[in-house]
Amino acid sequence: MTLSDEILTTDGLVPKQIKGRILVLACGALAHEILALIRLNGWDHLDLTCLPAILHSAPDKIPQAVEDAVEKHRDAYQAIFVAYADCGTGGRLESLCARLGVEMIQGPHCYSFFEGNDAFENRAEGEVDVFYLTDFLTRQFDTFVIKVLGLDRHPELLEMYFGNYTRLIYQAQTNDPALDRLAEAAAERLGLRYERRFTGYGDLATSLGDL
Amino acid sequence: MSDEEDIILSELNDEELTQQMHDDLYDGLKEEIEEAVNILLARGWEPYRVLTEALVAGMTIVGHDFRDGILFVPEVLLAANAMKAGMSILKPLLIESGAPRMGKMVIGTVKGDIHDIGKNLVSMMMEGAGFEVVDLGINNPVEAYLDALETEKADILGMSALLTTTMPYMKVVIDTMIEKGIRDDYTVLVGGAPLNEEFGKAIGADSYCRDAAVAVETAKDYMASKHNQLAD
Repeated sequence: MTLSDEILTTDGLVPKQIKGRILVLACGALAHEILALIRLNGWDHLDLTCLPAILHSAPDKIPQAVEDAVEKHRDAYQAIFVAYADCGTGGRLESLCARLGVEMIQGPHCYSFFEGNDAFENRAEGEVDVFYLTDFLTRQFDTFVIKVLGLDRHPELLEMYFGNYTRLIYQAQTNDPALDRLAEAAAERLGLRYERRFTGYGDLATSLGDL
Repeated sequence: MSDEEDIILSELNDEELTQQMHDDLYDGLKEEIEEAVNILLARGWEPYRVLTEALVAGMTIVGHDFRDGILFVPEVLLAANAMKAGMSILKPLLIESGAPRMGKMVIGTVKGDIHDIGKNLVSMMMEGAGFEVVDLGINNPVEAYLDALETEKADILGMSALLTTTMPYMKVVIDTMIEKGIRDDYTVLVGGAPLNEEFGKAIGADSYCRDAAVAVETAKDYMASKHNQLAD
């Protein structure tokens, strides 16, 4: 059965049955990538559950949602790993994870850990005017960008949102020409120069590999 | 809030028209706001009264509904655009008519950050509340803030950041102000989506402002206490 992006966006992913020792509690936008890593590496000790990816657009709600999920699942597992970076929570998620005694991914956001936090930081100064998309966000561009920002109803707001950006970089986790075309079309719609950068799974792979 | 039938703005009395302007701001109707501002001015309203009773009061309703999760960012931006259109008619008249001045603020988004939607809303609401605002735009290094504070003889410094990676730069600015011995010469207000009150305190800001309305009220409070201190 294929995982629906729409369901990952609004509902997340519920673990079917407890098989592993460690639960990865992730953003729904990372579900495909984490399942691919589990499959590729045979990490049978890891189970995955996801919170709705749409929380990406409401970061202030992420810490409470993570806390609720940790409390719900912690008795069933030896450990829980939170597959979120800071994700716009201004350090609140890190403080929460420390209080709950669970680990999380290092870095400010998925754009950073997909590229590798060190590499991303090194480039940061030259990329202040870059808007990033990942594989998931490219597929869900209409939901996460166009609809959330109201550009479907009010295209005249485009300049207010994106007037200070110059480039869209599509951080490709996989090589898929169809996604390249979607990302390029997204850049065109936002009036930004397009660039593709293959990242693979970056620090997400190493973080999960350490578990 | 829109009515089904066409409303002829010029046929409304002052009270109805002001109420209609609040509704039109809520609905982001820029042209209607421009028309109504001109009608009130033609009826002899002082520009400052049009600003406060029609525009600022209407935008305050928008701000409350945004805070309460009834309105979302796109609707607030449309309302802000409508208010901006009304203000651009009033601004030259306000200068001529010598409207009350609350104080002066230098504001800008910090280095490494190009996001300005929240900052622009704060700038506009501060102007609406009678503050003179010097907007430095985006991606400001510490020198830009300090130069502007000195040149403009400002009372308040406002800093904005949308990114977790850029918000620590606010501390760089405040620490530099401390080093130069000028920190206490200014009120420092900070804001932006990932910030919170705890962060504001930790970096040594005077206040964290959750939204534009809070920024205005906080700035007014600081200016009032400054005047009281001077009067003592």
